[in-house]
This record gives sequence, C-alpha cells and structure tokens, in this order.
Amino acid sequence: MQIDGRDSSRYQAFTRRTLVLGGAQAAAFVVLAGRMYYLQILKSDEYQMLAEENRINVRLLAPLRGRIVDRYGSVLASNRQNYRAVLVAEQTPNIGETLDRLSRIVAITPFDRKKIMRDIDRSPRFMPVTVAEDLTWEQFAQVNINEPDLAGVQPDVGETRYYPYAMELAHVVGYVGPVSDKEMEDADDEQPLLKLPGFRIGKSGIEKTFDQDLRGIAGATHVEVNAYGRVIRELSKDQGKPGAEIVLTLDMEIQKFACERLKEESASAVVMDIHSGDILSFVSTPAFDPNEFNMGLSQDQWKMLVDNPYKPLTNKAIAGLYPPGSTFKTMTAIAALEAGVDPNHTVGCNGKYALGNHLFHCWKKEGHGAMNMHDGLKHSCDVYFYDLAKRIGIDAIEKVAKRFGLGETYDLEIPGEKKGIVPSRDWKRATTGVSWQQGETLITGIGQGFLLTSPLQLAVMASRLANGGYAVKPHLTRAVGGQLLPKPEAPRMDVDPEHLKIVQGGMNGVSNEPGGTAYRARITEVGMELAGKTGSAQVRRISMAERDSGVRKNDTLEWRLRDHALFICFAPVADPKYAMALVIEHGGSGSGAAAPAARDIMLEVQKRNLARPQAYMPRGDVKEA
Amino acid sequence: MLDLRRFTGREMRISDKLMEFNWGFLLLLAVISSMGFAMLYSVADGSFSPWALKQMIRFVLGAGIMVVVALVDLRLWMRISYPLYAIALVLVTAVDIVGFKGMGAQRWLNLGIIQLQPSEIMKVAILLALARYFHGLTLEEVSRVKNLIIPLLIVVVPVGLVVKQPDLGTAILLTVSGGVLFFAAGLAWRYFILGGLAILAAIPVIWERLHDYQRNRVFTFLDPERDPLGAGYHILQSKIALGSGGVFGKGFMAGTQAHLNFLPEKQTDFIFTMLCEELGFVGGLTLLAFYSVVLIYSFSVAVQCRNQFGRLLALGVSVSFFFYVFINSAMVMGLLPVVGVPLPLVSYGGTAMLSLMFAFGLLMSVYIHRNLEIARGNNAFW
Repeated sequence: MQIDGRDSSRYQAFTRRTLVLGGAQAAAFVVLAGRMYYLQILKSDEYQMLAEENRINVRLLAPLRGRIVDRYGSVLASNRQNYRAVLVAEQTPNIGETLDRLSRIVAITPFDRKKIMRDIDRSPRFMPVTVAEDLTWEQFAQVNINEPDLAGVQPDVGETRYYPYAMELAHVVGYVGPVSDKEMEDADDEQPLLKLPGFRIGKSGIEKTFDQDLRGIAGATHVEVNAYGRVIRELSKDQGKPGAEIVLTLDMEIQKFACERLKEESASAVVMDIHSGDILSFVSTPAFDPNEFNMGLSQDQWKMLVDNPYKPLTNKAIAGLYPPGSTFKTMTAIAALEAGVDPNHTVGCNGKYALGNHLFHCWKKEGHGAMNMHDGLKHSCDVYFYDLAKRIGIDAIEKVAKRFGLGETYDLEIPGEKKGIVPSRDWKRATTGVSWQQGETLITGIGQGFLLTSPLQLAVMASRLANGGYAVKPHLTRAVGGQLLPKPEAPRMDVDPEHLKIVQGGMNGVSNEPGGTAYRARITEVGMELAGKTGSAQVRRISMAERDSGVRKNDTLEWRLRDHALFICFAPVADPKYAMALVIEHGGSGSGAAAPAARDIMLEVQKRNLARPQAYMPRGDVKEA
Repeated sequence: MLDLRRFTGREMRISDKLMEFNWGFLLLLAVISSMGFAMLYSVADGSFSPWALKQMIRFVLGAGIMVVVALVDLRLWMRISYPLYAIALVLVTAVDIVGFKGMGAQRWLNLGIIQLQPSEIMKVAILLALARYFHGLTLEEVSRVKNLIIPLLIVVVPVGLVVKQPDLGTAILLTVSGGVLFFAAGLAWRYFILGGLAILAAIPVIWERLHDYQRNRVFTFLDPERDPLGAGYHILQSKIALGSGGVFGKGFMAGTQAHLNFLPEKQTDFIFTMLCEELGFVGGLTLLAFYSVVLIYSFSVAVQCRNQFGRLLALGVSVSFFFYVFINSAMVMGLLPVVGVPLPLVSYGGTAMLSLMFAFGLLMSVYIHRNLEIARGNNAFW
C-alpha cells in the first residue's frame, strides 16, 4: 500500500470537515422542515383564511331603488338603465390622455373634466369613478370596442333614477344625487352602500324623507378574482332586497292638469281631501327637472335656476309665505260669530273706515253700502271686517286662526314647511318690542299686516271650514312598502257647526251668487259647484297721494309690485269633499287670476274622481303589521 | 474486482465505467425533476406547453451530458480545469460587455442558437479550478499565506464580475461554495474567523454599493408587512400559499394562490411554494427528503474518493447543490431575503438544468474514478 502520509493527514482533515459540513447541512434542513411545519401545520388555518380573502372578493350590489307611484299606481319615480363609462385611476398610466381618447367617443366638457378629476382625487385609486353617463347605445358599443385603447375605462350598466313627470313633481318627489362628503361622514354605522360608485341618495322631497325605505338592502356577489382583480367566476350571489315602494296620495292626472293650468305663472296650489287629509295635488310652478339634478347640473344651469325671479327652486306650496288677504276674512267671521256678533249685524260701507285720525280703505273706493256678514264675505267688503275686527280684538282672531291650522307646520312628509305668522300681542312685543296697535287688528282682520301663510296652510284652513270642524292634517303618503299608512287623526275642533254653515254660505255667495267676487269663475256643472273666497294680498304700500289720484291698476305695475292673487275653495257645495288653496304670485287679483284657475282645477278634480273611484292597491310583499 | 484494477493499474474501459455509473442516482434525479415537471404542468393549467415539455427535453439532454461527463477520465477533467476556468472567465467578462439584459440584470450571452448564462458555467469552473489547485497542496501548505493568493483570485475575480451584472445570488453562491472548498482543503480555522470578521467589517461598504431594489429586498425580508402591496407582496403571498397548503395541500392543479396569480414567478423561483401549496407539507417534505438523499450520496462519494481533486470536486458539487436548495426554499418560506436562486432540478430554466447535470456528471466521474490515485505533484498546466 503506497499511502502518502501527508496525503493521509489531509484526507483525515477532509473527512472531519466534511462531517462538520454535513452536520451543518442537516441542521439547515431541520430548520427548513421546522419552518414548513410552522407555516403549513401550526399556522395553516390563518394562512388558509388569508388565501380565501385573497381569492374571494365581495362586491356589493346596489339594490334597486323603490318606486314612487301616485294613488292610482302611475309611476312617478322609477329606475332605468344607464349606460356609462367608469374609470379606474390605477389602471391607466395617464388619466388625461385616457380622457382625451374617450372624448372622441363621448363629449367631455372642461366642466365634466374638472368634476372627474375631483372625483378621482377624492376616491381611492382602485375605485371606479364615473366619467360618462347616459351614453347612447352606439356610444356604449364604441366604448366597448375601444376598451383596449382606453386604459382604465370600463363600460358599465347602472340603474339611474328616472322621473317621467319631471317638472310636475320636482317639489313633491324631489330628486336623488351623489352622496356628499358630509353625508358620508354623517351616515351612521356601516353604510358600505354609500361608497358604491354612482350611488345616489335622496336629496329632497319624498326621495329624501323616505330615503331609507326607498334604498332597500344591498346584495352582494362573492366572486373569485385573480391577483389583478379580474373576476374568474362567481361563487354566490345575494340579490339583496329592492327598496320599498312609496304610494303617494297624489292623483297624477290632477297634478298634470293643475301644473299645465299654472305653468305660465309663479304659483302654487294644494288640493286636499277634506276628510282624510290626502293631498291630491301639490303644485309649485315653475319647477326644475330633477333628472338633471340626478346627473349633476352645470354651473350655467344652476345659475339660471337661482337667478330666475319666479324662484323655481322654492317649494312655494309649503315654503312660500303670503299674506292671506281676504281669504282670511273667513277666520275673522268665525271669530266674530264666536264672540257673539250676530250674522245679521250690519255695517254701512262708504269705502273708508276711520280709526282715530287714521283712515282705512275698502278695496271698493265708492263703498259697498249696507253689509251683513253674508254680503261682507260675498263682496269681500274690507270695511265690514274692519268693524268686526275692531269689535272682537286681535286675541279672538288669533285663537281662531291658529285653531284652523295657520301659523303651524303639519309634519308633512317633505322637508321645508314654513310656519308663517299669526300675529298676537305677545308675538309683536317679543319680535318688535312695541305693543300691539288697534290699527293692526283692523288690517289683520282683512288678512294683511303681519299675517303670513303658506298655500298648504290655506288649504288646511279651507278643509277645516268645509269638513264641519275636524282638525284634519295634510299628508302625502298612502303606503310604504306595501303597507297602508294609518289615517292621521282628525279630532273634532272646538267650533260651532252653525258658525261654519254661515261662513260656508258666505263662500257660496262669493262663487255662486251674482255679485260675488268669484261669480264669474263659478262652476256651472250641476252638483260640482264650488264655494270659495278670493284674496288679493297687497305687497306694496299705497300712498295718500295715490289714493287721491286713484289707486293704480295691477296691470300697470311691474310684476313684482302687483298683488298676490289668492283663492281658497271647497267643492261640491252640497256635500263638500275637496278643498283647495291657490296662490298666484303677483297675479293681480284673486277674483281675476286665482279664482278661474282654481275653478278649472276643482272641476277636473271632481270629474276625475267620478271617473276613477278605485284607489291603487299598493304592491309589495311586506305585509307584517 | 475494483481492488484488482487498482493494484494492476489497468485503465478502465468504457464498459467498466458504464457498469460503475450509478444509474440509481440518475433515477433519483429523474424523480426529483419529475416533481418539477408536474408543477410546470400544473402552472400551465394542465398543459405540457409552454414549460413542462421543454423542461423534460432539457432533463433528457442534461442526463446525456451527465453520462458523457461522467465517462471522461477524472484526470482529464483535472488537466483541463484551468483552461475551462479561463474560458468561463472570458465568457463572464463578455457578458459584462455585450450581454443583454433580462429581468433587469445583465446576465445573458446570446450565442445565436442558445442564450448562455456564463455565470452558471463559472459555478462549475470555479469548483474545478479550486479542486485542481488544492489537490497540489499538502495540509500544511494549504494554510500558508502565499498559497492563498491564487485560490482567492480564482474566487474574487469572477465574483467581482458577477456582482457588477448585478447578480447577487450567484455571487453569494460562488463565494460560499469557493469558501467551502477552502474549508474542506483544510485551511486553518483562524482564516475563517478572520474572513468572517472581514465580511462583517465590509457589510457597511457593501450596503452602500447595493442597488435600491437589493436594499429593498433586505428591508422587506426584515419586515415583510412593511409594504404588503409593494416589495413585501411576493414573500407575503408565498407564505400565504405555503401555509394555506396545510398537511396534504389543496390538490394537484388546485392551488388558488398559484393559479390566480397571487404567487409570483411560480414556474421559476417560487415553484417550491407552489408545490407546497398543492401537495402540502407532505409533498414539500418528500422533495426535501429526496434532496437529502442526493446530498448524502454525494458526501459519500466525496469521502470514498481516493484522490484529493475528486474529493474536493465532489464536495464542491454537493455543497453548491445544497446552497441552491437551501437558499431557494428558505427564501420562499421567508427565512431569507428574496434572491433570484432557482430550486435545482425543479425550477424552470435551461442553463441551470444543464449546468447542474454537468456538475452531477463530474460527481459521477469522481465516483467512477474514486479509486484512482493521482499524484499530488501532477501540476502540469496545459
């Protein structure tokens, strides 16, 4: 054996060190196996959960917003398909360029562009932001075809709110709009729905008040996605629950008719069922198109609405406050009767009424001659009511006015009701610091002065006069989610039915007796006659000089100085069912402008309900009590 | 029979060598590779293209190379060690000059028909050259400072070139497998202590010179949750895939992490993760067990060999193989920073497969020629 001694020593060293290496490697493998044991066995559950979270994406499905229908089931607000394009910011290298390309298919104005950039800045980079809505089918197809060139742009079909009777119902139904930052913050607990792109919530009217009912319950799909977020397959789907249907008390046919009748004016009208308080028609003209609000108004559109002197954004039926004018004489009459004034009490009218050294004028300069209560109402003689007011005092008038619903709100289902003013001694002292003057009692007696009322309040007043003394309250909804709402209580008022009969008789005189202020605007159809009361609310001061030279006629004045034209009425006279208040801003006179319009509408109301007595049975599966 | 040959000094015939060739070992390599084929088939959603079939062809090709390399006389390998090293060095240098970039690093050399990764060749060449060098030294001579200059240069020059590419993974592998040969050759412990201290001292300097992406990998390794959607994403997803595999895995072709692309680079660097996701703890351990057998066998080859060149060469092959396995699997488990090191035999990749089979050919050559005694003084340079 020729073993090299030195070689043998290095062989031994090699073998020793090889063993060291082998040991180290074995240790390393133990570490690897241990790590695998830790990850795959000890932590397996945790990682399985994470893997599932990776894989499964929960996507919210916006529930279909509930419909809003009128009392006969006509659709007032529904949903329609909206072809749109959404942009995911993180999927495009250059947002500006992508928008440029998209604008070759769909017009994108600089205004839109600014809005889009703002939306993108506000939302996370992976959130789709709507860049174009309401695309035509052709545009939508083009977006689809050109998708590869439009990095980050995805075609999308959404549901959008649609109001078939846009202008007619803007102030009742309201509109929906995107969720604002503030609304997002205010939203209680978890409201993931609000974060869905393009989700709309009620911003005004019924849409706002019943937003939670209309919204429904969000559904969700569980989808398997890959690392890039692309959906591989759908695992499960929960459709959610569509929003509840809201049935209104309105009759759309009456509403349309009334809107058409008043469309040239800055006017409002409320038609009520005097027994149930159902509001059959609720008009405020001019209005706006809620569909445009839904899509987002341009600055110009907004400016036009705000600058319009007819104030289309104001819901005049509840937020428009007007002196009731002579319509208020019904209240003065009731108050006088309650104070013991005999209905046959007679006052001679020579056109003016002196209180101390101050002269109060009747609208008829030459005077009405001898007037009792019936004639006073029929001719709307100011002097007669000056006399009554002076006799009974402001306290009596205030009490009756408040009992009949003036100066209060009724928790109507839409926001924005105003209280108006029924003046009293305390009220005046509190607001002006000056004590009540007797002259103020006189002008309050004819519905001027501090008095301010909304058309809705006047309609309530007319209803309570007509229904025999029940404190009926107005309301707009019949059913929510398939369940009829209980009728609001209408307790008996503390009023003598005889007194009501006298006033009703006076109102009948106004409309149906020759010489009545609204005789020319009477209903001639037998059985449908209305009884009313005109009112012309002065909005300017008439100077002494003008009185001497003759009060200027309304049509010679510029629009904003003309009197408001008011009319309250109920029908049919024989067995009242409906009441109405109608106000035409700066319409001139109650008898000339308001009464004819009211007559036409009231006639239509009666014809309509004879033709279609059957109310709509609300749909919906929610039947639990 | 072997002893007889040893004493007669008769040269082995090809048929003898084929008899000596350990076919069982080749079968083991085939089994390991097959686990890779299966995974590549799964990655492609149940298709042999584009990866599995190519990889099989490469393995067959590699097996051919292995047999040929094994049959070559070990002394011939010893003689051509330095020239091979020189060629490898030239190629690595060429990559720095004319190579093209793949995946952000300049590693590839386009030779017209094939794309060559010279650093892979260097991994084998460096082992040959060091084994060749240390073969000529006695145990005492090994630890002399003047004798360390050449082997250090053999390691440092290619490492420097590879670092420039930049290919940190390969540089580390070259350094470590070179260091192991120094160790096995019997270099005194004090040098390793000194070397360790030198590396510690050099860390700040190296850190300064690292690319941003390399630094990020280290940060991410230290705290993967630091940026779960960015740099830490890969390692986090890899851990999720591994962990969610559980004991028996999600089933072949049913790994959600891999198939839904949460797992990156799953046909190459992260193939072990995919295997563990689909085949579970059991599948992963099986693969590690197979690797262990390869390692144990190659150690035994090294220890059995009767010449220092063969011993060192066999050990070098074994240790490099080990480092591949360890670095890759430790990386996918989140034990090491992300380095681009493939899992040997399993990861998809041509050059890696071929150079590995070449190295196993050398191992087999050592085994076949284990009883050759080669004189220490045979230092002829060709």
